[in-house]
Amino acid sequence: MFNELFPNVQMDHLWTATYETFYMTIISVVGTFIFGILLGLLLYLTARGNLWQNSIVNSITATVVNVFRAIPFIILILLLFPFTDFLVGTIRGPEAALPALIIGAAPFYARLVEIALKEVDKGVVEAAQAMGAKAHTIIFKVLLPESMPALISGITVTAIALISYTAMAGVIGAGGLGDLAYMQGFQRRNFDVVFLCTVFIVVIVFIFQFIGDWFSRKIDHR
Amino acid sequence: MISIKNLSKVFNTKDQTVQAVDDVSINIPKGEIYGVIGYSGAGKSTFIRLINRLEDPTEGEILLNNQDITALRKGELRKQRQKIGMIFQHFNLLWSRTVFENIAFPLEIAGISKQERERKVLELIDLVGLKGREQSYPSQLSGGQKQRVGIARALANEPTVLLCDEATSALDPETTDDILDLLVSINEKLNLTIILITHEMHVIQKICHQVAVMEQGKVVEQGEVLDVFVKPQSKTTKRFVQQLSPLEHQIDRLNQFITNDEQSEVVKLHFIGNNAKRALISEVSKQLDVEINILQGSISPTQEGAYGTLYVEIKGKPSVIQNSISYIESSGVEVEVLRHV
Repeated sequence: MFNELFPNVQMDHLWTATYETFYMTIISVVGTFIFGILLGLLLYLTARGNLWQNSIVNSITATVVNVFRAIPFIILILLLFPFTDFLVGTIRGPEAALPALIIGAAPFYARLVEIALKEVDKGVVEAAQAMGAKAHTIIFKVLLPESMPALISGITVTAIALISYTAMAGVIGAGGLGDLAYMQGFQRRNFDVVFLCTVFIVVIVFIFQFIGDWFSRKIDHR
Repeated sequence: MISIKNLSKVFNTKDQTVQAVDDVSINIPKGEIYGVIGYSGAGKSTFIRLINRLEDPTEGEILLNNQDITALRKGELRKQRQKIGMIFQHFNLLWSRTVFENIAFPLEIAGISKQERERKVLELIDLVGLKGREQSYPSQLSGGQKQRVGIARALANEPTVLLCDEATSALDPETTDDILDLLVSINEKLNLTIILITHEMHVIQKICHQVAVMEQGKVVEQGEVLDVFVKPQSKTTKRFVQQLSPLEHQIDRLNQFITNDEQSEVVKLHFIGNNAKRALISEVSKQLDVEINILQGSISPTQEGAYGTLYVEIKGKPSVIQNSISYIESSGVEVEVLRHV
């Protein structure tokens, strides 16, 4: 039955590709989460009226974030080839996709982090200051926990964008389901492969969405 | 003892400067509940935020625990802030933490060990009457309960002063009274100095020992609550006092009783402290041969005793009326004879 419907699909290739897509997505989500929060915190804290108010740092960070967000992902990968080669030692395979994925997604996530932090009640930050809290206490015990549901739903949205980025990276040799769909599917006119890759990607997206929603709901006690 | 000298705060915005607090000097003895009342925009909120330097003062000094708060550097200020509790109109609790964890937060900041934190938090939960709600989140609590958490949190590091920034303004009247009762019992139990700001005279009347009235950044009147209530000097204070005795609004209705008849006088009596509890009127009418017609009256309890106002019409011979008035005055009640204006 399966072989009749999908005559050109080689299951071992499909599983390898799925594994690669998961690998790229998970590592890049973790990287994006860390760098995005750092950048987002920097954007938030250096803004007017906040803890580390500093208009120079703020506008530099904002400019960097905006520039990287403006570059289309497919071009960003090409631009980052020398950097990737230097960092990873190759420009092919799932590892080689990671720098571009993280650099492409972190600025986007940073903006979501900034929005999430802005939603934190200023009064709560003030209460912590009135108790004599240091900056790092305010960051780790007030700002981040209080914005956590928004940070989680933000990373969920970003993760889904990242899954689609991995497929794009696949087209230029990063591996994964995008690679499989393009190389073995589209190039050879095997549309059953393209179709099955699509289904797998959609399932992966649903999984991430489900986990994100569940987690965000679980930690929200508002 | 907290002593505030010549405290000023100027806000500079693009197109104007606002003098939010203007040369305020106040002395607050230890263990006192000190109220600051004013309409919105009077600068009272800025004033209380200057005390723990949530706003930096432009001028003046604040002596607290023998230290000038205004001169402290950042690190020292953080240490000192641990000894200044603060509660807020909107409670400002962390929704991501349970009641227990919220109260433990200032202890974490002060670097108290986990065991010690646990002991202290349970003690505080008991003190503010929240036993059994330790594991609830703020969203599961009523407004009054949230403020109780706020109070417990503010007391965690055993502060020498508690600042209350409109602490009851978001609560309904009944809950307000509960919270005020809690503040009084804490004040008595811990001999804790409390500074509160409010726009409700009711709050001042109910729990404060001393009061300062603020208007346009200045303190226009200050002193013992009873004195200020009985003899309000400024227009603003008079308006606040009227909030308490709605009768003052109806003074016009007394006009029909105020005549040029020598056989009748309308007088306003101020009862202060224990005098308010005496059956003075029946005493006078028994001792002297006068008819006393009660027109209207009210009585307000305060921390330092009750204070009441009574309007009566005294009927009789002019000499007897005079005698009655002197009798009343000699018993310590103030008398004001009303005439047509």
